[in-house]
Amino acid sequence: MNDPTDISPAAAEPQELGTSRREFIIGTFYALAAAALASGCAADQLALDEFVQKHFKDLTPDELKKTIARMEKKYWEEYGANIKINATPPIPGVLYGYALDLSRCIGCRRCVYGCIEENNQSRNPSTPWITVLEMDKEGGVDLANADAFYDHEQVPAPGKFYMPVACQHCENPPCVKVCPVEATWKEPDGIVVIDYNWCIGCRCCITACPYGARHFNWSTPIIPKDQINTNTEYLGNRPRPRGVVEKCTWCIHRVRKGQYPKCVEVCPVGARKFGNLLDPESEIRYILENKRVLILKEELNTQPKFFYYYGL
Amino acid sequence: MNPLVKVKNFVFGTGRMAFLGGSPVYYGWLLFLLILICQGLLAYSHQFQLGLISTGLRDSVSWGFYIGNFTFLVGVAAAAVLLVIPAYLYNWKPIREVVIFGEMLAVAAIVMCLLFVCVDMGRPDRFWHLFPIIGHMHLPSSIMAWDACVLNVYLIINLFVASYLIYCAYNGKKYNPKIVVPLVILSIPMAVSIHTVTAFLYNGMASRPYWNSAILAPRFIASAFCSGPALLLILFQILRKVSDFDIKDEAIQKVAEYMAYAMVLNLFLYGAEVFKEYYSNTHHLVHYKYLFSGLHGQTSPIAVYAWMSLAFAVIALVIFLIPKLRMTPMTMNIGCVLIYFSVYIEKGIALIIPGYTPDTLGQVYRYVPSMTEVRVAMGVFGIGFLIFTLMVKVSVAILFSPDRKVAHA
Ligand code: SF4
Ligand code: SF4
Repeated sequence: MNDPTDISPAAAEPQELGTSRREFIIGTFYALAAAALASGCAADQLALDEFVQKHFKDLTPDELKKTIARMEKKYWEEYGANIKINATPPIPGVLYGYALDLSRCIGCRRCVYGCIEENNQSRNPSTPWITVLEMDKEGGVDLANADAFYDHEQVPAPGKFYMPVACQHCENPPCVKVCPVEATWKEPDGIVVIDYNWCIGCRCCITACPYGARHFNWSTPIIPKDQINTNTEYLGNRPRPRGVVEKCTWCIHRVRKGQYPKCVEVCPVGARKFGNLLDPESEIRYILENKRVLILKEELNTQPKFFYYYGL
Repeated sequence: MNPLVKVKNFVFGTGRMAFLGGSPVYYGWLLFLLILICQGLLAYSHQFQLGLISTGLRDSVSWGFYIGNFTFLVGVAAAAVLLVIPAYLYNWKPIREVVIFGEMLAVAAIVMCLLFVCVDMGRPDRFWHLFPIIGHMHLPSSIMAWDACVLNVYLIINLFVASYLIYCAYNGKKYNPKIVVPLVILSIPMAVSIHTVTAFLYNGMASRPYWNSAILAPRFIASAFCSGPALLLILFQILRKVSDFDIKDEAIQKVAEYMAYAMVLNLFLYGAEVFKEYYSNTHHLVHYKYLFSGLHGQTSPIAVYAWMSLAFAVIALVIFLIPKLRMTPMTMNIGCVLIYFSVYIEKGIALIIPGYTPDTLGQVYRYVPSMTEVRVAMGVFGIGFLIFTLMVKVSVAILFSPDRKVAHA
């Protein structure tokens, strides 16, 4: 036991605890992984860097810069487009909220198409972030009898009303709770985001979301080169790889720069309202305080920041 | 002898035992498993190239056959070890052997579980994100992260105990009970926990009313107590024929009796669930309607399986409740096969799919597994059975063969 020649790891180890040790282990891992991979595919430095890529929140500003440069280069090779990736921080003192006027929406799906283009969504297969449900006016909001695949010459169809559903940016998001690797989280401005380079594609979050808001890249997304939106955000609309989950981010690349989400802009009847819940003068606060508001699946306590209301 | 040399001898010796001196039936079985594995690998490489689009899964039904099989096998793994309890209580004679075979079955089942999770992942290349320290384990909030923990710990414990016991037997030593007994005792609550945590994975999803029921975890345990022992009973009988493994009839009868209790409990809990849904007749009933008949005038592709599973469970229960039938090997084995498949269908198909159908926005996607999924699943079973077969072959050679000394001479 008390062998003086004993040089057990415990004896040899520097007496440091906490992060430095953790970093040491992580560093060793990366080095090993790098060595293992480099021997196999020395040529493919990009793939290697991507493999050992860290969680978004663990990146130092310098690493973030390098990562973004690498991604932009890769996108250039893949799409032939000069995609610019930003990592815009949240604006302090802002908590976003959204309201949709059920009495105005006509079910034209312009928001759906606008969203697809704005957010570089795959055209084939297509799993749009916004689902517009058609229901009978007689039946009220009754998801069991809702039709997401309606196809009419003209909308609104007689006797029907429409309810667009996308991510509700829950204050108490079950999708975040279940993710085994923390690849998805709620930002300080209330937007629920996903790190597409950390998601392992287990689809727990798809199962946990009560609003069908999350979509999986079942195959490699296809976006026509000339239709790429080159203004992108790291946690938002940059093109996604296969095998990860994506969803509405309230156009994080626009709203953090003070613009409205695309769907708000394209809605022909002005059914969509967006603003800062913390600002008592905002339109969204006016609606919440003065209109009849409906919260989808309120009983689940997800506390959506997306509100339906009857404006007329 | 140098311990390293000992280990080396053990590895080579057991390797020889695994592949040499088998009967033609044994080699035929190995060949069959290899074919299964190869076709599974081919199917998986297809899936790897195309993505999960090659499965029948879509956003509406985002877990299916793979995760169903995973859930079933967690049950098998749990029940295999829980059999240790009666073995100790009644002091069945080949208790060491019962422990070893139970733990080996658990090891093979957990390996299959982990493989099913891997083939279901969109980004298997990022598996390390789930590791402690280098990754981000989302504890304590993610049940999936907990499940990964308990499954891996369970795998390590069982693998260690089983190989340690075999290693000692190989060297003709007595095992050290100070090492084995605490680990075996620890593996019992672990067995309960792997299945409970797996049940919580579904149970905790408030978005899916079909699973959001407090008796889901008890139902998991009850059904596992039906399917796991069924598999072991058949295995014990085979081993009794082909080796010196002399488990007594009374022991087998005792297990069968426990299975009868488990079956009663399983059907009772199931009935309680069905009563609650049909009597309260809320909107949540749609999932049961999809399970047993269909929605919007269309028969669901899983209804026939749901009824099959129920029928198998009832017939097996009748067999196991009547002592005369339970004690006749022929009928008992039929009952074992029936209950095994009943639980397999129940976990593999009837648990996952109706949870997603209709989806959270009321849309119905009629999921059926694709050919790729079925083939990959067969491949995973091939790997699991291969591991189990080789382990059993080795342990039979070591534990029962009188001339085993030759192997490491
Ligand atoms: S709507 Fe769904 S995806 Fe969006 S925050 Fe809520 S649970 Fe998450
Ligand atoms: S699919 Fe991705 S974001 Fe969703 S739970 Fe799994 S790892 Fe997290």
